[in-house]
Amino acid sequence: MYKILKKKELNPTVTLMEVDAPFVAKKAEPGEFIILRVDEEGERIPLTVADFDREKGTVTIIFQIVGGTTERLNQLREGEFIHDFVGPLGEPSHVEGLKKVAVVGGGVGCAIAYPVAKKLHKLGAEVHSIVGFRSKDLVILEEEFRAVSDEMRMMTDDGSYGKKGLVTDALRELIEAGNKYDEVIAIGPVVMMKFVSLLTKQYGIRTVVSMNPIMIDGTGMCGCCRLTVAGKTKFACVDGPDFDGHEVDYDEIMKRASTYKEFEKRERELACNLFKKEVK
Amino acid sequence: MPNMSLKKHEMPTQEPSVRSRNFAEVALGYTAETAVEEAQRCLHCKNKPCVGGCPVRIHIPDFIAKVAEGAFEEAYQIIQQTSSLPAVCGRVCPQETQCESKCVRGINGEPVAIGRLERFVADWHNAHSCDLPAVAQPNGHKVAVVGSGPAGLTCAGDLAKRGYDVTVFEALHLAGGVLTYGIPEFRLPKSIVQKEIDNLKALGVKVETNMVIGRVLSVDELKEEYGFEAVFIGSGAGLPRFMNIPGESLKSVYSANEFLTRVNLMKAYREDSRTPVLRAHKVCVVGGGNVAMDAARCAKRLGAEEVTIVYRRSEAELPARAEEVEHAKEEGIVFRFLTNPTRIVEGENGMAGGMTCVRMELGEPDASGRRRPVVVEGSEFEIECDCVIMALGTSPNPLIKNTTRGLDTQKWGGIVTDEHGLTSREGVYAGGDAVTGAATVILAMGAGKTAAEAIDEYIRSKN
Repeated sequence: MYKILKKKELNPTVTLMEVDAPFVAKKAEPGEFIILRVDEEGERIPLTVADFDREKGTVTIIFQIVGGTTERLNQLREGEFIHDFVGPLGEPSHVEGLKKVAVVGGGVGCAIAYPVAKKLHKLGAEVHSIVGFRSKDLVILEEEFRAVSDEMRMMTDDGSYGKKGLVTDALRELIEAGNKYDEVIAIGPVVMMKFVSLLTKQYGIRTVVSMNPIMIDGTGMCGCCRLTVAGKTKFACVDGPDFDGHEVDYDEIMKRASTYKEFEKRERELACNLFKKEVK
Repeated sequence: MPNMSLKKHEMPTQEPSVRSRNFAEVALGYTAETAVEEAQRCLHCKNKPCVGGCPVRIHIPDFIAKVAEGAFEEAYQIIQQTSSLPAVCGRVCPQETQCESKCVRGINGEPVAIGRLERFVADWHNAHSCDLPAVAQPNGHKVAVVGSGPAGLTCAGDLAKRGYDVTVFEALHLAGGVLTYGIPEFRLPKSIVQKEIDNLKALGVKVETNMVIGRVLSVDELKEEYGFEAVFIGSGAGLPRFMNIPGESLKSVYSANEFLTRVNLMKAYREDSRTPVLRAHKVCVVGGGNVAMDAARCAKRLGAEEVTIVYRRSEAELPARAEEVEHAKEEGIVFRFLTNPTRIVEGENGMAGGMTCVRMELGEPDASGRRRPVVVEGSEFEIECDCVIMALGTSPNPLIKNTTRGLDTQKWGGIVTDEHGLTSREGVYAGGDAVTGAATVILAMGAGKTAAEAIDEYIRSKN
């Protein structure tokens, strides 16, 4: 059992939790993830390590309420326990040796992009952050990003905050302005990572994306999270989750992600009814 | 006077038409009366060939003698001296190639039903006995076991009986390895696995779940930082193989590991499960081992109208146990032998819609002595299906190999050991599928047992 030491709502659908998990905290690196089970009947879901404190033995997770399990997780309060919490899993992001990087985050993906930007900044790289949200009330981690970025672009779909437009618009602008990036790191919805990759391919800039397929065990024993990279089958839980953005088959990933859509809808309704919440 | 019946006492089973719709155990076990009667068939021969056929060397005639007297708890105590998981072994061991294959009664008639008797005794103990096992005097030495499958649990049990302070590290949230995530409820009820693990905990074995050794901690750290004097690696062979044919990434294509993990570990067969599994109408399972049989029978129980096993060799080469094949056939599973898939065809909505296959014929024997299947030219045809489960075998997960200094492995990933289970690293032992590649539960238990003896000798020689 893993105690929730801190819980904070970052926006109406995104929550931060600091969890007491010393073994995970001791080894965690940006880019890695954990798998948790809310309670004894729960399913296993993957969440990226958003931050960690080795001395305190804590790991921070940030999640968006999108279905039954995240709804149930969000019902837990400070001082309560998560039944299972295993990690760190996956390969850490490779950020050593990079001099100038554009970090692109979309929505809750910013929670995953932030620790990578933070580490790059700590290693002395020049970090340009481009973060995108649907609207102003969904913005998360703005101050945190500003603190580790040499240049920061805030984008919203509806223009309610920062600049109106997509992250790709801002990225193109920065590239066109003559910024020479060693690498672009894009983390967010699959469709966003796809379009970032299409853009950077035109300029020949190496691009790394963080994949989030369906997972169960997260240790490489089932292949549920398989995806095609450069024509080869890879398991995101052990070979990734980071992959070369120009080599990933995005359409296949989007298809596979919808496998249990009907089931997930029902689960969400069940959880919402249980907590007497309006089903969105 | 022994019971001279030429046949084993039948074990009642659920009717095929009923059981193919539920996940309750198929074989129902002996009653006390039938167990006593069957036990009386044992001739108590002097040279006890049956014992030689058992990888953990259970004192078979001795425990059977106690069953014949109706002294079931005493029979359990005899089994328990050498076996840590009798309720499991009595159910899943291929006795026909082990203990029972050596039974003298089998020369002229059927052998004594050793497996069924072992199962009866273990179930009787678990249902009736509340005595806690005698805990050995602690000897002050710590041993770590990586993986809580049959190899790890056996090694841990044997060491605990010798007084060692044993901690088992398991990556998943429940212990048991393949007994928990792989073998379905209807062959091995999970409550029985849990009970066997509780019996080990009562002996003093500690089980730490959610600990992926190779990520959370390394084998080297266990030895150097946490004071474990020896480490046993029983991490199994859990990495699934795919065929690398077109269409394998379609939504309703599973590895058997994924399908069985969803169904067994996550209990997706229950209506109220929070883990989903696709409930398909026509399922193709590719492969011919026990895992293929398990996957096919689970698919049927989830409501599939048609389940087909597609195997590239002929019936005679099926690696699955005869009894499992028999049960599968009774439940209406269709077998297509000498058939090999070449492509999975996309159907509606990104799901599988069918599988293109070719006919095969058996050619010249290959290096392993088995006749190699060869494609019949121009024999392509399609099987209609909306779900495909790949049960092609597994290999060891590279995680431990990649994170342990100086651990020698085979090209295919198996850990190299000597006959006692010692690896290329001092104080590091290994056994089970991690060493041999996918094999049987009882062989893994035998390896766990051998390694426990070697670890005991090693630690005693050092101190």
